[in-house]
Amino acid sequence: MRKLKQLLTSPETTTALAEEMVKSRSFWADARIRFFKNKMAVFSVFMLGFLVLFSIFGNVLSQWTYEEIDWSLLGKIKEEGGPSLANGHYFGVDELGRDLYARVVQGSRTSLLVGFVAGILSVILGSTIGAVAAFYGGRTDQFIMGAYTITLAIPYIIFFVVWQAFFGRSLSQMIIVMIIMNWTSGLLIVRGQVRMLKNREFVDAARMLGMSDFTIIARHILPNMLWVIIIYMSLTIPEAIMTESLVSFLGVGIQEPNTSWGALISEGASTMTFGTTWQLAYPAIFFVIAQVSLFYIGDGLRDALDPKER
Amino acid sequence: MSLLSIRNLNIQFATNDGMVHAVNDVSFDIQKGQKLAIVGESGSGKSQIALSAMGLLAKNARTSGEILFDGQDILKMSTRALNKIRTREIAMIFQDPMSSLNPYMRIERQLGEIVELHEGLKGSAQRKRVLDVMDAVQIPDAKNRLKSYPHEFSGGMRQRIVIAMALICNPRLILADEPTTALDVTVQAQIMNLLDEIQRDMGTAIVLITHDLGVVAGFCEETLVLYGGKVMERAKTEQIFEAPAHPYTRGLLRAIPNLADPIDTLQSIPGSPPNQMLEMVACPFAPRCPDAIEACTSTLPPLENGRACLRPVEELS
Amino acid sequence: MTQPLLSVRDLHVQFTVGNAKKWPWSPPGIVSAVNGVSFDVPRGKTLGVVGESGCGKSTLIRAIAGLNPPTSGKVIFDGKDVNYGNKRDLNALRRRMQMIFQDPIASLNPRMTVREIVTEPLRYFRPELSEEERRIVSRGMLDRVGIAQRNFNRYPHEFSGGQCQRIGIARALVTEPDVLLCDEPVSALDVSIQAQVVNILSELQRDMNLTLIFVAHDLGVVRHISEEILVMYMGGVMEHAPAIDLFGEPQHPYTQALFSAAPIPDPKIKMQPQMLEGELPSPMNLPTGCLFETRCPKRSPECAQTRPQLHRQGPAQVACLKLEKELI
Repeated sequence: MRKLKQLLTSPETTTALAEEMVKSRSFWADARIRFFKNKMAVFSVFMLGFLVLFSIFGNVLSQWTYEEIDWSLLGKIKEEGGPSLANGHYFGVDELGRDLYARVVQGSRTSLLVGFVAGILSVILGSTIGAVAAFYGGRTDQFIMGAYTITLAIPYIIFFVVWQAFFGRSLSQMIIVMIIMNWTSGLLIVRGQVRMLKNREFVDAARMLGMSDFTIIARHILPNMLWVIIIYMSLTIPEAIMTESLVSFLGVGIQEPNTSWGALISEGASTMTFGTTWQLAYPAIFFVIAQVSLFYIGDGLRDALDPKER
Repeated sequence: MSLLSIRNLNIQFATNDGMVHAVNDVSFDIQKGQKLAIVGESGSGKSQIALSAMGLLAKNARTSGEILFDGQDILKMSTRALNKIRTREIAMIFQDPMSSLNPYMRIERQLGEIVELHEGLKGSAQRKRVLDVMDAVQIPDAKNRLKSYPHEFSGGMRQRIVIAMALICNPRLILADEPTTALDVTVQAQIMNLLDEIQRDMGTAIVLITHDLGVVAGFCEETLVLYGGKVMERAKTEQIFEAPAHPYTRGLLRAIPNLADPIDTLQSIPGSPPNQMLEMVACPFAPRCPDAIEACTSTLPPLENGRACLRPVEELS
Repeated sequence: MTQPLLSVRDLHVQFTVGNAKKWPWSPPGIVSAVNGVSFDVPRGKTLGVVGESGCGKSTLIRAIAGLNPPTSGKVIFDGKDVNYGNKRDLNALRRRMQMIFQDPIASLNPRMTVREIVTEPLRYFRPELSEEERRIVSRGMLDRVGIAQRNFNRYPHEFSGGQCQRIGIARALVTEPDVLLCDEPVSALDVSIQAQVVNILSELQRDMNLTLIFVAHDLGVVRHISEEILVMYMGGVMEHAPAIDLFGEPQHPYTQALFSAAPIPDPKIKMQPQMLEGELPSPMNLPTGCLFETRCPKRSPECAQTRPQLHRQGPAQVACLKLEKELI
């Protein structure tokens, strides 16, 4: 130790110290640069950001709440219920005379919340289980893969309906049931990654340091496959929004007077024949913007993170 | 006229990070029935030369120069014309036998397909040719192994099958890219013997591409030493070993632990392989060369009398 | 006689393979990778282990390191039996025994900088050091393997194979272990770089009084670095001899065949490789007699009956019935 300290105060080392340290970009810094080069992805981030802000602060601008019925318009919705700045219904009203703007804000909030929370949590759950299956292998792996196969055979709409019949229709129940249904998301891909990484020699080297399994996974395996998980999340979030919309469209999703994009699109579609096209158009536009920007963000992430793309 | 004549070959690869200069101004000839070794470390461009002679370079490659086979320039050939030459005139043996073989195809079909495609042989004539070539590569009990799949053979036997695939159309030139690197020493000796016999009996010219000078010693008449995509030295194999005329060749020979006469410390070549992202303006070996002088870092030495070095042989350490 | 630092007694390693089972409950196949290996290594010396692919040489040192625990047999380190089932014991062993690996780039975590890679062992094995002290120690170690200071914040993929292997050596030696297990550390490197790494290893061995177990298939490198050499075939030891004697006069028929096939970088010497006929036995179904019996040019009927044990033959120890008989 003392010898080393002497060595470090020697003139050679001090000159060496003065030499410029080469600082390299980490994988993540590199990926960030690549992502920002993709203009479409960056634009999509702004669009998504706009949607999120809209769903949180959109109410500030609205002159009605999402439950209030504008009695003055009832009965003449087709003629006077369209979008208008004069009566404060920016997006018009729905067939019951409720302010569509307020309802789209509310619907965006539900859909994005469900999409992000359910999408992210289910990937975390699936990845954890996948990592456990791969790392321990043997019987654990067999058991988890068996459960996975069985889950694939359960029709999820029926499961959804049955679950809601038991536990009621609320936002939190919806998120829970979607996580449970999607526990397999990311499982296979993470399992494959971990199986590959755990045989790499740097994991052996970590074992030689006497690290616990948990530390090895957290410090050496997870950072090397985080990119897979992130890409997978970017796929699962729009999928979760889609699933929520689908079940709401079918009428088993969110409960009135709460609403979501799917529920709004469903209502709009059913009244379209009466000529109230705005009731379909506004929620549909928001839904499409969300899906398209999530797609491009996912695409950009894939290009930025996948080492094969380099 | 020489069988294959490579003139001023340059190969670059366009990548996201810029141009990779893989091969720089390489020229050499190989005569009918000759055995030539191309020796180089990883990144010396030795495999790329072989691939370019087969017209198999990756899509992002840019080439200049000429590769004349029988007077025709391979680099300018259409895919159709190339397909006529590949296998029938020039065949290639790759490093990993398993990746050259289709795991879902029986050996007979795998070999038969080639003759069917190139010479239209079918039925019993095809089978006879397959058996002949399997005998030629000394696969024991060939008749009974026709119906086997590649995984049923050992590594050495698989490499024999790959050699059989290369031989089946009686090519005039075989490019063997590290044919024994994936094999054990005992098997390596057998495969090298086999290649030797093929050259002798069939008069096939063989280009042996390898990183292992030990393999070259007992095999080839002539040796080409590559470094950083440039020819450092070209000479008779004996001369390479007895009186290497280039500092790189000397360093390489000193770095090999020799079984025959032990020395205490291995003499290593200091430094790292060259950066191939940079265009070559000086001797690529200069930064690692014990004999480098000022001029070496600014001038590209031409290949003269079989060596590319600015300093005369007598002055080398 | 001084006590050897590391002794291995009758070590066996077996793996179960589950994918060739008839029914989920039928017994799994057993592959015997290492079959009864014994040796001693004195402090500061090098034991080379050679053999062809699949001979169990890597499995042997991975077993000693506890990466795949031995099925039976004993490993005695510094006079104490190592209990591979006990985590405390294992960590105590690894504090003094480290390992370097074959693929220099894959053995470094691509998401960590060189500095992080080399300081990590200190975090585990010398927790009493402060952050600053750790930096100093790791800097000193990297300095010794020739990695320039300004490159410490770089990531592994920015280095060449030889530099990565040196970083691997620095990581293994930064905690100053007594034993370094080398699993084909130069096989993936170019000849000119190989020599650099081998020289660094022997230099560090001298300075740190390291004991090396050096596994390789390249006979030249092993001969160069080892005092004694173990020749393995199908998981068993065929011959164990001082390097000079082994290369001067190989005793075992397998060693002779192996050496005769090694290419010599001299065109004047005509190689006369001895061809081995016959098939390799399956590691799932080993012969009861000599492991080499199926391919041995000097076999006799009794070779198929009894498994020969190592016996002294001049300076060497050889496992061959024929040689044993001649001795009597």
